[in-house]
Amino acid sequence: MNLHEHQARDILRQHGIPVPPGEVATTADEARAIAARFGGSVVVKAQVHAGGRGKAGGVKLAANAEEAAAHAAKILGLTIKGLPVRKLLVAPAADIASESYVGIIVDRASQRPVLMVSAAGGIDIEEVAAKTPEKIHRLAVDPRYGLLAHQALGLALRLYRDIAQARAAADIMQRLYAACYAVGASLVEINPLVTTRDGAVAALDAKIVIDDNELDRHPDIAALRDSSAEAPSEVAAREAGLTFIKLEGAVGCCVNGAGLAMATMDLVKYYGGEPANFLDIGGSSNPQKVVSALQIISADPSVRAILFNIFGGITRCDDVANGIVQATQAFPLKVPLVIRLTGTNEELAVQILTRAGFRALTDMDEAVKQAVVQAKAA
Amino acid sequence: MSIFIDQQTRLVVQGITGRDGSFHARQMIGYGTKVVAGVTPGKGGQLFDGVVPVFDTVADAVRETQANTSVIYVPAAVAASAIFEAADAGVLLIVCITEGIPVLDVTRVLPYLHERGARLIGPNCPGLISPGRSKVGIIPGNICRPGRVGVVSRSGTLTYEIVHQLSTQGLGQSTCVGIGGDPLIGTNFIHCLSAFQADAETDAVVMIGEIGGTDEQQAADFVQQAMTKPVIGFIAGQTAPPGRRMGHAGAIISGSSGTAAEKMAAFTRAGIAVMKRPADVVPLLKERL
Repeated sequence: MNLHEHQARDILRQHGIPVPPGEVATTADEARAIAARFGGSVVVKAQVHAGGRGKAGGVKLAANAEEAAAHAAKILGLTIKGLPVRKLLVAPAADIASESYVGIIVDRASQRPVLMVSAAGGIDIEEVAAKTPEKIHRLAVDPRYGLLAHQALGLALRLYRDIAQARAAADIMQRLYAACYAVGASLVEINPLVTTRDGAVAALDAKIVIDDNELDRHPDIAALRDSSAEAPSEVAAREAGLTFIKLEGAVGCCVNGAGLAMATMDLVKYYGGEPANFLDIGGSSNPQKVVSALQIISADPSVRAILFNIFGGITRCDDVANGIVQATQAFPLKVPLVIRLTGTNEELAVQILTRAGFRALTDMDEAVKQAVVQAKAA
Repeated sequence: MSIFIDQQTRLVVQGITGRDGSFHARQMIGYGTKVVAGVTPGKGGQLFDGVVPVFDTVADAVRETQANTSVIYVPAAVAASAIFEAADAGVLLIVCITEGIPVLDVTRVLPYLHERGARLIGPNCPGLISPGRSKVGIIPGNICRPGRVGVVSRSGTLTYEIVHQLSTQGLGQSTCVGIGGDPLIGTNFIHCLSAFQADAETDAVVMIGEIGGTDEQQAADFVQQAMTKPVIGFIAGQTAPPGRRMGHAGAIISGSSGTAAEKMAAFTRAGIAVMKRPADVVPLLKERL
């Protein structure tokens, strides 16, 4: 789950990291009032779950409250990477002397949280990483002991020659590491970590991604979810316990397991079709999940045929068959349905489907071919 | 022979009285796996299905039944704790079926296991099966046949699909291992490839990968340097949209190396025959056996 910048800043502040002031506005009038209260020039920043906000016109500097209101009105009308902007962060413009980058992510290769820092922070950090990787300094942290003081200071000295600034940055890194575990983040990032003209070190912008698997035990974090900032079909899928990603093709796919779902999409393409979505109904399926899956897929007007590909293991084929029958009785489908099931309780499933007038295939290639043909014929 | 599990496997099922645990405990017993104990705190002293003794702790189960392998079906919130418990009880092979374990929990579990010399398979995996000998996990036994092909996969159901293709066309398996799809796992491709290379009853290996990370590329290097047995590979996710990026750090750490195209190219460079679709597995294997 992605957090907004203003939410991430709040979390850093709660962990004792210096974060400059800033307030959230949802209208131009609110932005004007906040800017007037701060006085002087302010930055108006779109709060949206997409990178490259600045380049998309979602971050503007305003000299006074009136200008802040004008920028706010414009930014609130923007859609950045398909996501409408509904909230703004208004913050006093910082007097920046330097911009660094500090991030923590769990690294698959070392199987540890890795702290990455660079003195070349700011919006072009990815380019820095690609072109001059030697400017990114990394440390794999041993999770048994956490980020040790000397390790943090060693990295901080890569960012600042001034020992007071390096100590301040090291303290921020240790607090950031603690925050990462405390909130169950899969990514925490300060970009930029700035020094101001008076020498202070502060986190100007922050990004936090929460591991979805942590949400059950962090209800306070889960409550920060902003569903208005996500695609409606993906919100519906999540609420039904499904993983769904909309694509551009005509063959709706409903599959159990992410690997088989991807292989099914690949096979649709192999036989000349295009998948309309990725949808994984997950492990222990119940009929209700299948009903939700069919509703979500058939709500997409570009879907011309729906393909079920189920290989039962922990998923029982009869559960899926019951779901298909329940869903199609409640909401008759307007497009053809091709069903392939095999594995656990396959015989029961075939009985259930046959009684309801469906034909069940057992071969994956055959089912995909039929779905592609039917999608083209429709 | 086979890898990791065989007739000597004495299994304790953690979460044996739950919905998934009980269903799959019965399936494993039916397959012939030596299920010697179950663990559900508070239910110690009961008998599962009138046969398998249930204990309150894994330590009790190991002491009373000499269990040497554990399989975990407990809910995600307590799964890391179940892994710690099994390792503490001296179990050296721990198979965690549970999905949805927070990745930061796993960062703490892995060094703990390493210190105790225990192997974890998973989490979020279908387990493993040595057909005709032992099954630990949820891979349907009826789709497997005893034979000489090793299978290792990051996926669950896609593994079943490919194993099904092998079995129905006369190619049995020595062991099939589902290593799990999470970012952090206990046993990776290289551990399995190395075990298959050393196994006298495995003639060839099928490796099933997917987009994300660089495990397949490292496995390809291993195949090129250390394997004499033929390896066939598949990568799922050729048509997957470029993943929604996890901020800058995700791009910095993996770059473009996680794509299907990059992984398939690494396979080809290493002499691994690449399947375009699951149905290619048998023709490609038969060319090389």
